[in-house]
Amino acid sequence: MKYIVCVKQVPNTSGKVAVKEDGTMDRSKMATIINPDDLNAVEAALALRDENPDAKVIVISMGPPPAKGMLHELLAMGADEAVLVSGREFGGSDTFATSQILAGAIAHIGLDKDDIVFCGRQAIDGDTAQVGPQIAEKLGLPQVSYAADIQQKDGTLMVKRMLEDGYMTIEVETPCLLTCIKELNKPRYMTVRGVLEFDQKPLTVFDFETLKDEPLIELDTIGLKGSPTNVYKSFSPPAKGEGVRVEATADGIRGMVEDLCEKHIV
Amino acid sequence: MILNEKQQMLRKLYRDFAENEFTDELLDRLEETGEFDWDIFNEMAKYGFLGIKAPVEYGGQGGDSMDYVLMVEEFSRVSPVLSLYANTSNSLGSGPLLFCGTEEQKQKYLTPVAKGEKIMVFCLTEPGAGSDAGGTLTTAVEDGDYFVLNGRKTFVSGAPVADYAVVYAKTDPTQRGSRGISMFIVDLKLPGVSLGKPEHKMGIIGYPTCDVILEDVRVHKSDLLGPKDRGFATAMKTLDGGRLGVAAQALGMAQGAYEEALRYSKERKQFGRPIKDFQAISFMLADMATEIEAARELIYSTAEKKDAGDPEASKLCAMAKYFASEMANRVAYKAVQIFGGYGYIKEYKVEKFYRDARITSIYEGTSQVQQMVIAGNILR
Repeated sequence: MKYIVCVKQVPNTSGKVAVKEDGTMDRSKMATIINPDDLNAVEAALALRDENPDAKVIVISMGPPPAKGMLHELLAMGADEAVLVSGREFGGSDTFATSQILAGAIAHIGLDKDDIVFCGRQAIDGDTAQVGPQIAEKLGLPQVSYAADIQQKDGTLMVKRMLEDGYMTIEVETPCLLTCIKELNKPRYMTVRGVLEFDQKPLTVFDFETLKDEPLIELDTIGLKGSPTNVYKSFSPPAKGEGVRVEATADGIRGMVEDLCEKHIV
Repeated sequence: MILNEKQQMLRKLYRDFAENEFTDELLDRLEETGEFDWDIFNEMAKYGFLGIKAPVEYGGQGGDSMDYVLMVEEFSRVSPVLSLYANTSNSLGSGPLLFCGTEEQKQKYLTPVAKGEKIMVFCLTEPGAGSDAGGTLTTAVEDGDYFVLNGRKTFVSGAPVADYAVVYAKTDPTQRGSRGISMFIVDLKLPGVSLGKPEHKMGIIGYPTCDVILEDVRVHKSDLLGPKDRGFATAMKTLDGGRLGVAAQALGMAQGAYEEALRYSKERKQFGRPIKDFQAISFMLADMATEIEAARELIYSTAEKKDAGDPEASKLCAMAKYFASEMANRVAYKAVQIFGGYGYIKEYKVEKFYRDARITSIYEGTSQVQQMVIAGNILR
């Protein structure tokens, strides 16, 4: 049994945003973290693995070689194996090409009857929430997004799917793909021994050579060429103006309430 | 010193854990009740924090002194008292077992301590034997398969919550000073063991401390730890590691106090400017940052040298503790000074750092004892 978790390294939102002259983000100049929703996906997989000790958790990420650092942390948290999908041919991919490559990589690992693919709901840098569902489509897997609770029994999963004003409970057969939200769980930390021994676990790099025979992987379905969307422009939004000081007088408060009504805040 | 990848990952783990789990609510509760918090202790056990240096075969993590020092530093940066929770089991509790426990003793005692299932504390100090630990009056007299222990140990950190204690007792009264002392593992549930009332302390509140009283306590010979009459050497060896831990604790709290003061100096305005713009304040911050960095380098390099078996390690551990604890007191003093009146108010973290810092130059050998150790080494 395998639990495959797709993870992404994203810029640390508490740091500064660096933008290149062409408008794309300069990721090399920004501190990185593991995408928060992806940590919930990892925790979901690890928790299921704790119940089924025969199962294996494989974390997989597409990115440049420094993303290995993130995979090391996930191995130290308890993942059994890590895969880094990395190669010049994959660079410049948008969500469509990214999902194509990740789907190809997952196909390369192979999915069996009881396997589950986990993704975070969305990454905090692009905020598209597209990659998970696209991977499912490209692999022909049933999918449940916004998973807030997962129960596994006898080849099926019962998944609580969060909606804005309620939730659905969905029964889904495996293999399937779930996208996870932060309400699902509290991700565990690394352990001391996990850190000291992470390098005893396999970390495999899939480059273009590794994946080129997968039907999903063609030079015109991946990378910049396989990407139907392009970044036209990106910029840091202007800083908010200074606040308004309201005098604690009847007139001051009346004025403030009027302003708030005007803006439909109250 | 440049940390390697694993050390950086550990630092991240310790920092994340401390920043997320040592909540203000928990810290306030510890301060108000003075009671041990089992939930956070059990959470520490889950991640392996209680057995960093213990070998994997005894339930530990198989780490080294550097891995341990980083933990104490990061925990203490957020909460000096919670750094003690993880400190005792790693240091004074398990140290003697690691040095001279038999296979059976390690299996029986070290394993549950390293896993955080049991707590073992260290009983050396007595009312009349503090810096002069050789003045131990507690006695152990052989009686068949047992030793009968009598005496009183004082200021035992963690005793109210402990399962076992390493107790130093005189087994050969004909030998003077530090000779003729042996170590015993005492189950604190044995008949004849009683505890004093928890002390009301100036700082590190939330990690209870009390006396341990031994009245005709029959300890089986299998619980004699190390060679008879030669326990004092192990005590000193254990204290080397303990001193490095206290140095790291002092370093962490100094860092915490400094960060508070740095932030506050940018927020607080006087005479129409943030107080950081005044040289009187910025120079204090510069001194704090410099001293902290100096202590950090000394502690890290000592940790590495200790593990490498450097013959200077004992002296360096004393130097690290001496410098870091005095430094933490100076830094905490300045942090309170920068906060002014607010620094004297309990709601502000620097007030607690100031009180907590005070113990670091006292326990596990006062600064003056460290000076004796250092002088003894360099004047040999």
